[in-house]
Amino acid sequence: MKLTVWTYEGPPHVGAMRIATAMKGVHYVLHAPQGDTYADLLFTMIERRNHRPPVTYTTFQARDLGADTAELFKTAARDAFERYRPEAMIVGASCTAELIQDDPGGLAKAIGLSIPVLPLDLPSYQKKENWGAAETFYQLVRALVDQSVDRPPRLAGDRPRCNILGPTALGFRHRDDLLEVKRLLRRLGVDVNVTAPLDATPDDLRRLSAADFNVVLYPEIAGAAAAWLERTVGQPAVRTVPIGVGATRDFIEEVARVAGVDPSSALEDCATRLPWWSRSVDSTYLTGKRVFIFGDATHAIAAARVASEELGFEVVGLGAYNREFAREVRAAAEKLGLTALITDDYLEVERAIADLQPELVLGSQMERHIAKRLRIPCAVISAPSHVQDFPARYSPQMGFEGANVLFDTWVHPLVMGLEEHLLSMFRDDFEFNDEAGPSHLGHGAPPASPAPAAPVTSALTWSSEAQAELAKIPFFVRGKARRNTEAFAQERGIDQIQLETLYDARSHFSR
Amino acid sequence: MTTLLDTLSRRSQPSPARGREVLRERGQREVFCGLTGIVWLHRKIQDAFFLVVGSRTCAHLIQSAAGVMVFAEPRFATAIMEERDLAGLADANEELDRVVDELLARRPEIRMLFLVGSCPSEVIKLDLSRAAQRLSKKHAPDLRVINYSGSGIETTFTQGEDACLAALAPEAPVAPAGAPPSLLVVGALPDIVEDQFRRLFADLGIPRVDFFPPRRSGDMPPIGPSTRFLLAQPFLGDTAQQLEARGAVRLPALFPFGVEGTTAWLKAAADAWGVAPATFAAVVGPGQERGRRAVERHRAALEGKRLFLFPDSQLEPSLGRFLARELGMTLIEIGTPYLNRTLLAQELDALPEGVVLSEGQDVDRQLDRCRAARPDLVVCGLGLANPLEAEGIATKWSIELVFSPVHGFDQAGDLAGLFARPLRRHALLRV
Ligand code: SF4
Ligand code: SF4
Repeated sequence: MKLTVWTYEGPPHVGAMRIATAMKGVHYVLHAPQGDTYADLLFTMIERRNHRPPVTYTTFQARDLGADTAELFKTAARDAFERYRPEAMIVGASCTAELIQDDPGGLAKAIGLSIPVLPLDLPSYQKKENWGAAETFYQLVRALVDQSVDRPPRLAGDRPRCNILGPTALGFRHRDDLLEVKRLLRRLGVDVNVTAPLDATPDDLRRLSAADFNVVLYPEIAGAAAAWLERTVGQPAVRTVPIGVGATRDFIEEVARVAGVDPSSALEDCATRLPWWSRSVDSTYLTGKRVFIFGDATHAIAAARVASEELGFEVVGLGAYNREFAREVRAAAEKLGLTALITDDYLEVERAIADLQPELVLGSQMERHIAKRLRIPCAVISAPSHVQDFPARYSPQMGFEGANVLFDTWVHPLVMGLEEHLLSMFRDDFEFNDEAGPSHLGHGAPPASPAPAAPVTSALTWSSEAQAELAKIPFFVRGKARRNTEAFAQERGIDQIQLETLYDARSHFSR
Repeated sequence: MTTLLDTLSRRSQPSPARGREVLRERGQREVFCGLTGIVWLHRKIQDAFFLVVGSRTCAHLIQSAAGVMVFAEPRFATAIMEERDLAGLADANEELDRVVDELLARRPEIRMLFLVGSCPSEVIKLDLSRAAQRLSKKHAPDLRVINYSGSGIETTFTQGEDACLAALAPEAPVAPAGAPPSLLVVGALPDIVEDQFRRLFADLGIPRVDFFPPRRSGDMPPIGPSTRFLLAQPFLGDTAQQLEARGAVRLPALFPFGVEGTTAWLKAAADAWGVAPATFAAVVGPGQERGRRAVERHRAALEGKRLFLFPDSQLEPSLGRFLARELGMTLIEIGTPYLNRTLLAQELDALPEGVVLSEGQDVDRQLDRCRAARPDLVVCGLGLANPLEAEGIATKWSIELVFSPVHGFDQAGDLAGLFARPLRRHALLRV
């Protein structure tokens, strides 16, 4: 048993729902009690979908348990087929139905539907949402792909064709990433055979084998399917995730290599402003900003590269909640001289952020709430997401336009360079109140004056003089000053921080 | 197995609900389970903690229903069962004890702990009542541990509150024999509403009024044969039975939604205390007047509009009554997950003729009926609202009705406003 306050991922059947909802012509019959229908709202409310997810829940009740839940399942599957006429059906159990062991797969087979029916075995007590999505997509691909399709040898002058794998329902910016990646591929002269699962039909999955290679946008969703396609139909996979300028360039080069095309025109078409925005003098103040990064592995790893190489931040913490990709995250962290935080325990992440006192948090909605509470600026880079992470405007994370979006959304929560300068210049002006915070942050901005955080050790106290001096330090460096001073005092066995301690610490750290 | 048969042959039968036809449906239900109640109950009882013993699904449900309102560490959590907990029950109990210890170390200020059962804990027959006894003994006197089930196989949405309060009722001290009569208001109400009612009862001259659940677990009201109780919510059938088992007497009335409902509800108490009609009129008059004026402001938006309510909170018959009688709406169908004919007797009498009452759900069929009827406004859960809006049908999400203050004279206008706003918005938008 694990004590859990908030969870990063839903159960694996929610992952399966994300695949079914993304696709067309697929219906999911889920053996589950009524409360599990809450999952519909993830799609209709958070993602604002205008249709109910294509899911039929059996909603068995306690009184059915002694009777015949299996029959109930068969009726639900039959009715769903009659009503929705899907081209393929997936069937499975949620956590409760897993315990009553009705075997949805066998039952669905017994009613003899005229369409492919795919039983899903998603162990609810071991696995989670991303795994469920990946497994569902993999099973669908495996069951449907036509392995007999022979790719005609490409003649000189034929355009190479690829599949784009990974974009799905309830994905963080998948809708816009897809457009951006298609634009890159077009520029490279590569055609798209099938995009899946988003908007793909079962027939589209059958045709996957007609492509020359696969582009894996989200390894969390499509990694398993792509590996299988690589093994069985010999399609190589492009696995570079084009988030950030550098990674987008790497992506272009990898696609070009695999497709046998010339990358130069796509590389020249640098529609990104990030490099210049980052070099312009106003950005000098971004140098060494301490940033904490947490999210799904793919987005966290990508964010770490952009933060350190393209914005000049100092990454002080890096982690992910999906253990399946722990190895990759550890490797990325090591490169930055860090130890990765691999956990799905929200409280542990909160502790890490509180201890590190970063100047910026890049995370999921969970970290946004932590940052709000700790009054640290934050930008969202990963699922789990909230309704506001499905913006009306075009807002990709991938490609060159995505890099522009990253620059804006990460830098916006911080104090602007010139503004930072003015804040310290005028901080002693009695009419100037730094509690007001940066002017460009409207309603909802983190209040500027952090409540004094608990000292590093509880024995440590601040003299009132030192406390008052600390308050004069502009808010955006106050946390750092406090942390440094306390660490300094602790090292020297000082119990009460005096005015001198503060200044000694300052000179110590400014060396 | 009745469910299957009922799904296949939808039965319409004259029910004992005062001669009204009730459509009984047994198909797919699109409703939350009773765990959802934790979202508002944990705000109400300020030193209580709700620990769900369940799966990742349960944890995900509560956080999705709460809209991830993570402003502080909430007073609820889930002990998520894992593969190894399912192996043997002895382990599960040890694990639970360990999780509770961990929780109490983090939150030493907690005085009451609810162990909340879920579908998985019930299917594996994890005995939470024994666990509660064991833990109560272990942590006495600082902590009381109580269990109830919010599982989806047994409870629908607001029934979770009923199950919680029914489990809490036996914890209340026994009112001493011969104690003077006291009034108990039952059902979690926002503090502001509670205070309004408290003032009204005081003005009516009812000397002792308690609210259940109390704001703090130490303030449990005494309950006994001298207790007269008013249900503030129509979904508290099991709780009412528990109270009656201790000799308390229910004062039947309309529920306090709208001016008419609030008046009738207060009147039931006033009559039990023999309050003179003139006093009653004088005390409730100003509130009635304010309420009427506030409700009236929404009449133009709602009058003559056709309303379809999907089953969700069991408030549906009371809301239908309010909207039909005080705002002139036309009722097409009132769905409710469960129709308690005893508690709702007055409500059912007050409903206009011609409205279809349905109990239970077959969501696909109900959507067919709804689309065919082309209502002006649909009250439904979060899963259905946007899809219906996309079809051009205005909706009001029902969850707001249990999350916001809607009882009493001074909220009657707000309650009407919740239904008027979507219609006003539809009229306003030109895109
Ligand atoms: S319906 Fe059952 S399994 Fe689903 S969330 Fe509710 S209690 Fe948990
Ligand atoms: S706290 Fe803010 S972001 Fe979170 S649910 Fe509430 S409104 Fe949305």
